[in-house]
Amino acid sequence: MDSELIPRGVKRCPLGQFSLWIGIVGVVLLWGVYAMFLCWFKGLNQTNMNDSYGFALWIWADLAVIALGGGAFFTGFLRYIVGKDELKNIINYAVLIGFICYSSALLILAIDVGQPLRAWHIFWHANVHSMLTEVAFCLSCYFGVLTIEYIPLVLENRQIDKVPFFHNLGHNMHEIMAVFAATGAFLSFFHQGSLGGVAGVLFGRPFGYREGVLVWPWTFFLFTWSAAACGPCFTILITKITEVITGKKLVKDNVIDLLAKISGWMLATYIIAKIIDTWYWAVVTAPSMGFTLMEFYSNNPFYGIWILFLEIVLGGIVPAGILITQKGRSSSFALWTAVILAVIGVSVNRWVMVLQVMAVPVLPFETWPMYLPSWQEVATTILPVAYGIILIMLSHRYLPIFPQEQELNP
Amino acid sequence: MFPFSFEWVWDAGHMVFHGGLWYALGIIGLGMTYCIGKAVLDTLEGKGGHHD
Amino acid sequence: MKEEHKHKKTRRYGMVIDLDKCTGCGACMVACMAENNVPFREDETDKLLSLTWLRIYRLTNGKPFPETDICYLPRPCMHCEGHHGHSPCVSVCPATVTDYDWETGIVSQIYTRCFGCRYCMAACPYHARYFNWWDPVWPEGMKQYLNPNVSVRMRGVVEKCSFCFPRYQVASEKAHAEGRRELEEEEYQTACTQACPAGAITFGDLNNPKHAVYKLKKSPNAFRLLEKLGTNPKVYYISSREWVRRAGDNYLEHEFKEQKV
Ligand code: SF4
Ligand code: SF4
Repeated sequence: MDSELIPRGVKRCPLGQFSLWIGIVGVVLLWGVYAMFLCWFKGLNQTNMNDSYGFALWIWADLAVIALGGGAFFTGFLRYIVGKDELKNIINYAVLIGFICYSSALLILAIDVGQPLRAWHIFWHANVHSMLTEVAFCLSCYFGVLTIEYIPLVLENRQIDKVPFFHNLGHNMHEIMAVFAATGAFLSFFHQGSLGGVAGVLFGRPFGYREGVLVWPWTFFLFTWSAAACGPCFTILITKITEVITGKKLVKDNVIDLLAKISGWMLATYIIAKIIDTWYWAVVTAPSMGFTLMEFYSNNPFYGIWILFLEIVLGGIVPAGILITQKGRSSSFALWTAVILAVIGVSVNRWVMVLQVMAVPVLPFETWPMYLPSWQEVATTILPVAYGIILIMLSHRYLPIFPQEQELNP
Repeated sequence: MFPFSFEWVWDAGHMVFHGGLWYALGIIGLGMTYCIGKAVLDTLEGKGGHHD
Repeated sequence: MKEEHKHKKTRRYGMVIDLDKCTGCGACMVACMAENNVPFREDETDKLLSLTWLRIYRLTNGKPFPETDICYLPRPCMHCEGHHGHSPCVSVCPATVTDYDWETGIVSQIYTRCFGCRYCMAACPYHARYFNWWDPVWPEGMKQYLNPNVSVRMRGVVEKCSFCFPRYQVASEKAHAEGRRELEEEEYQTACTQACPAGAITFGDLNNPKHAVYKLKKSPNAFRLLEKLGTNPKVYYISSREWVRRAGDNYLEHEFKEQKV
């Protein structure tokens, strides 16, 4: 029925089956939308946040999706600026995933602030010294860039492309895409970093605080770096999952291998820097504020030293080790393991840099507050996942996302 | 965001921050203007009218 | 923040709280809530959701009877000066809601501008900032008793102790009308200071030798909370008990002795 919309030369499942799945995911989406409206109309008392946890699940989700969405800018950077031409076969998907991640981040932020209708104050009354201001500006601008990168793909739909204006527009946008990609990379370097700076500048919070250069704490650079390292891993992971679900090979191995290799080296260098940073913080920064490392990881039911191990060893050293070796990348099992671990690693990093920063008691006579998100928080965090799945399903069905699909599935 | 909001000061922080911001916004804006403008001209010239 | 150098003779309003005198009666907390129209709910069991601009902590030395000892510690906003007005919360607020005032040393908060991102709460190590999780609901008739000089706040914004700044405004206006530039010490006092039956709280200009706080803060038993972090708070505490002074900051083992004798 919708065959006229489906790109030429590729096979798609019947419309009925497709609609059924959209419907199932749609139910989850609606659940999230319901929770979202609850938060908007009744206020943030719908959450389990409190005065000790001003930042909680949502801010983590924001930081995590933005790190994972980093695949878009870094792949774009590699393809258009460094000139890794093979990556043109995965860049569309990276852009789509990035678009989903960033739109989700903006949506979550819109739910997270106490007075969403005043959110424009962050732009209008901008305090240029705040990391969050920088995040807000760069995030919005970069979301614009991602939209610009995504539009030509939409315009490539078989029916839309027939309209001469859209055809020409898409063509022109493709032509100067390098300019947009460069701007996107510039913006990303800053807002990824500023997100790291959010916790890094908190000199009242010894767990998050880091020294740095000029106005940028070390976490600024570490966040950009880890997003560039783990974002592509997420792109690979989602590509692999899409291949499993559609039962088709969509991207050639050499493309994945190249991206995985670059990712691996980024991750390896990142994790070395992260270890140095952690070590310096543990032996110099924290003691200067009166804390020993283990005080951050004991006397509470959740934040044990295991979390540091999970982040650095399992989520950093192990995937980096796998991805930098040819053998690791060529084994399907090892590759899957590595990208999953890298995604977990960066998510755990964002988790501790938000939640644990809040949890560690700073006044000596305080104790660890603990926090469990409410269902409204969980639902609104799952909402973007459902939305992402639907957008991927639609895009995959109607747009030529994977240039190699036809060749790989004759 | 603009020099007329009262907390604005002409210091290095504001110049660097807003310099970078408006630079990026400028590129994005000019880029899109170029794409759309050229698409209009191309269309008027009759380009891109292939049908299948 | 830019006005720093224009005011050579700046006032730095601050507090000195004598913990040996504080009995933990909570009169200051009540006075604060009444003065500042701080909302409350029927059920205030979860203290992490309560708005307490001034909060009293109960400290213990952790020793068994008979050496056991407790101390009550009232904690307002510290009006941190940081380095050159770089207080933890002021520097982070993305919407320039909160500012370090160089004329008074008071850290302000514009409720109608705050959009509730709560970054400042994350930045404040003293938990002095509170979020309005609910819209205020005043019990029947209580609206009549609200302080007309202090604006009430809506849900979704952050609020905190202002050192009763509206009182400062009233006092300044009066002084101005009388052609005076300087405020007398007793002309501007916070509600908690006046409410404390034990006289534990002293408030005034830390820079003014004529004010009591000027001398009190120099007591060998004076300390501030979390000084090591560089927040540079303007609330001082006094205690003759060593364990209390030690509880004011985080120390590595054996560190405390070297610092304070
Ligand atoms: S005590 Fe907290 S709210 Fe008050 S000035 Fe210091 S950091 Fe800001
Ligand atoms: S919650 Fe309000 S005062 Fe606090 S940082 Fe956000 S906008 Fe500023």
